[in-house]
Amino acid sequence: MNIFNASGCLDALAAPGVVTQLDGFVTKTVTPEPRAGNQPARIAETSHGMLNAIGLANPGREAFLTDYLPELRSFGKPLWVSVGGFSATEYAETCARLSDVTIEINLSCPNVDEAAESAAEIVATCRAATSLPLYAKLSPAAWDIAEVARAVEAAGADGLTLVNTLRGMALDRRLRPVLNRGTGGYSGPALRPVALAAVYSCRRATALPIVGMGGITTGREALEIIACGASAIALGTVLFADPAAPSRVRYELEEAVSEAGLTSADDAVGIAHEGLVL
Amino acid sequence: MPLRERRKVTGVEKIGPYTLVRIDQGNLDPGIPGQFFMVEAPGRVLPRPFSLCLAEAGELAFLIDAIGPGTLAIAEVSVGDQLHVFGPIGNGYRLDVERPVLVGGGIGVAPFPFTRSVLGAGTPVVLGFRNAHFAEAAALLPGAEVVIDPVLVTEAIPDDHDILACGPEPMLHAILRDHPTAQLAWEAPMACGYGACFGCVVEIDGTLKRLCLEGPVIGGAPPVFPAVPA
Repeated sequence: MNIFNASGCLDALAAPGVVTQLDGFVTKTVTPEPRAGNQPARIAETSHGMLNAIGLANPGREAFLTDYLPELRSFGKPLWVSVGGFSATEYAETCARLSDVTIEINLSCPNVDEAAESAAEIVATCRAATSLPLYAKLSPAAWDIAEVARAVEAAGADGLTLVNTLRGMALDRRLRPVLNRGTGGYSGPALRPVALAAVYSCRRATALPIVGMGGITTGREALEIIACGASAIALGTVLFADPAAPSRVRYELEEAVSEAGLTSADDAVGIAHEGLVL
Repeated sequence: MPLRERRKVTGVEKIGPYTLVRIDQGNLDPGIPGQFFMVEAPGRVLPRPFSLCLAEAGELAFLIDAIGPGTLAIAEVSVGDQLHVFGPIGNGYRLDVERPVLVGGGIGVAPFPFTRSVLGAGTPVVLGFRNAHFAEAAALLPGAEVVIDPVLVTEAIPDDHDILACGPEPMLHAILRDHPTAQLAWEAPMACGYGACFGCVVEIDGTLKRLCLEGPVIGGAPPVFPAVPA
């Protein structure tokens, strides 16, 4: 069972010791032009999660390809490049420049103004630009995420990354937004039931492999999203509190698999659909 | 080398409005004065950053100003509880200065008991507090010169010293105006402390940089923080 980081939740070069615990590294989203990101305040903790409004801070496509990608390859881990843009063409142009990576199309950053095209149009345009594996990262805010999943599957996606954050907000003591941008992406434990439902729905709706994420902090929680249909998992917010989370969750997952009477996490993929009582 | 360990709380003391939380040191390295640790806030999603206040007799101690749910959760721990502690991280003070003086304002007193233990007991200390209750924290640094509002620490800093300071932003800016080579410890909200979250960015030399990696101690031009509306 592969364990990745969620995009934007780890700087490989600042924390190589975390990368070594992972089965692959997912980059922060790369946009065509450099982005400084949003002004602070960018983060706020809430009772059951955290908000972030980083704003896709990244060095831009050219600097990423020239300066960062070679260093990331030196880890010797499978690389996933998260691709962002403000039009389908921008996404596709970045896809066309990549090789020997898996592409995760970030269709759902809540902290920037999104491309006007639909998820399926963006995936189709990217599909035409590359033969690399394409995963579509979807927002859990879609009313019917399964419908979006079917659409991106038809458009040529090879897999789904579920889920991105939900848009949320926190106010300070003066009743003003904590985040400079006002709203931000809500992640952490509060997102977990939303992620389970999204993975469950999309597993029913498509045959695409799913990387499941959203508030996972323990091995048991990882097993649950696997049971809903994820065939790999990613850790996000928990990395902030626990840089050793990938190793710990991997170990706990083995225990949880054993406690469930299974021999391997791979055997648990999708079993929630079988009505199996653990 | 930063480590993350689950350590037992060995002491909890009220010092004025603050709480000194002591933990069993375990394998944690105290690091360089001015570096910080991420301390688990029980029941919260994210840990909180604290400079090390004391390192003595197999214990590390953090001075907590309980101003929000996270710091409150830490201040309410009991002896025997266990907390995950990760560190030391960030850049501390350069200690190779000729005539150091430690200048703290309010909770900015926190790093200086440890700093003075490293630099030597004779190192001068100037502390400023808003009132006598807060000034009880000066007990952590016997012999310190203490001023209370409306007297400001900047009025009490001895001449011709190398300043190591920690305190509220207006105090740090005021020090920097008269002492451009002062080493100042800044703070910003941060989720991780090790460069992963990009939450603690401040403007340094014209670009947004992560304070956890660039600081918290910075010499020279001050970082630019977002304006806080009145």
